[in-house]
Amino acid sequence: MSLHVTRQGDTLIVDIEGQLIVSNRQELKQRVLDESESGARKIVIDFARTGYIDSAGLGVLVSLAKRLRELGGDIRLANMNDDLQTLFELTKLDTLFQISDTRERALESF
Amino acid sequence: MAAFGALDLRIPSDVAQIEPVVAEIVRRCAGHEFNHRQLALNLPVALTEALSNAILRGNGEDVAKSVRVRVSMRDGELTVEVEDEGLGFDLEACTVDPTLPENLENEEGRGLFLMRALMDRVEAYRADGNVVRLTLRCGGHAA
Repeated sequence: MSLHVTRQGDTLIVDIEGQLIVSNRQELKQRVLDESESGARKIVIDFARTGYIDSAGLGVLVSLAKRLRELGGDIRLANMNDDLQTLFELTKLDTLFQISDTRERALESF
Repeated sequence: MAAFGALDLRIPSDVAQIEPVVAEIVRRCAGHEFNHRQLALNLPVALTEALSNAILRGNGEDVAKSVRVRVSMRDGELTVEVEDEGLGFDLEACTVDPTLPENLENEEGRGLFLMRALMDRVEAYRADGNVVRLTLRCGGHAA
């Protein structure tokens, strides 16, 4: 997995390339937590280049959403393919996150 | 269609081993009649959960312990057996429903649920070690 991060003011866009799984989830968690410590509050996670996500990866997203909401911010998810959308529906995490078709719509939703 | 390349390997208890093993098993399945979703979602996620469970919980991430992975195909059914050196667990008792409102915001507890949702069959039994057996029928699982 590699992370491509863009920051503008309190907005952070994170592209995840590859798999978000148990072996690399901590990298995403730490990066987003570091950015939130320095003021990022609107986080968009872009899955356009993401392969699959396991339960550990889902857990990190839940953990980050809780932390951002405590800080008065939030996380939006964007660009999921049908397989990832199914994963979120199976686990009902589609009810916990706002999911947008595009990065632009995700940004507009804040 | 090419014959399925059965696999029998041992990996150390290191989560960095998971992704390449999953990629190799998916690669071997790609020439068979699995559909796109099975190859992109069901198989990689369920395999990752089984390997992760064996490495982290079964073997406690002790690098002196290994995980054995056996993969075979028969009559259109893929079977993957993941064996660790742990004491085993009760599959029914350990599976929680992460979709219940009280569990939805939990960071953990989705692994066994996902394995069972994404495979046609999941079994756990004791042999020389603790074995989790995953079964997926070619083209058969709709999730």
